[in-house]
Amino acid sequence: MRSFQSNLGEFRKRGVRIAAISVDSNFESSKLCLEQGYTFDFLSDPQGEVIRSYGVLHPAGGEKSRDIARPAEFLVDSRGVIRWVNLTDNIRVRARPQAVLQQFDRLIGGPAVTVLRGAPGSQL
Amino acid sequence: MHRSWNLLLWIGFAVTVAAVFSYVPVFVPYPITRDIPWANLLLFLLGGWMLALGLRRAFGQPEWYRGKISGAVMGVLALALFGLFCWGLFVFARHIPAADSAPKIGQQAPDFTLTDAKGEPVSLADLRKSGNAVLLIFYRGYW
Repeated sequence: MRSFQSNLGEFRKRGVRIAAISVDSNFESSKLCLEQGYTFDFLSDPQGEVIRSYGVLHPAGGEKSRDIARPAEFLVDSRGVIRWVNLTDNIRVRARPQAVLQQFDRLIGGPAVTVLRGAPGSQL
Repeated sequence: MHRSWNLLLWIGFAVTVAAVFSYVPVFVPYPITRDIPWANLLLFLLGGWMLALGLRRAFGQPEWYRGKISGAVMGVLALALFGLFCWGLFVFARHIPAADSAPKIGQQAPDFTLTDAKGEPVSLADLRKSGNAVLLIFYRGYW
């Protein structure tokens, strides 16, 4: 998360919003954002419904056998189509921002494309 | 005859303990030391090497060095710590479900409305407004 925060400018330049999703409550998320200085969205899914709909629920993976999310990243384009997915097999190893930016540039379009957004033939 | 303290044993053991307990607070925040815990493995190597030297002194020159019993105990504890560390990082960390039902590339991302840290509703459509792409990061949370 920290590394995404420090690369937020690169994501903004490309018109990519970042949203982090977990079963944490709004209060826990706001505490986390305050403590760590995160400025992107932290969304709260306490019942794990959205987490389940993305197929990334880890049943009983949390404390007291609570259902939580397994780590995963989805890159969704402006039409709502999933363009890139990263499903790690190790909770310690997550996608790094540079890798996501590279995938974005390769699959959807680099920084320049944001200027051309909506132009005929635009891939966005 | 005065036998001297076998400091290598104690320092080696302290380094091994540090190798275990430094991972989360010191090395997890940086992907370069988190993804492959080489810094911690180096600490284990250093601690193990010192313990081994200390044990060799304790058993090889017992007339000069203490530590036959304490060294053996620390050696076993250090091995146990190393085992625990490896199990946690290389076995337990992989105990996650496979996510076979996750939506695939090219599929429409399931829409949702959740609340942000301020309690305000935010939907995927909101995030995509004005032509934005969206990176969704699912994380385990702090419960």
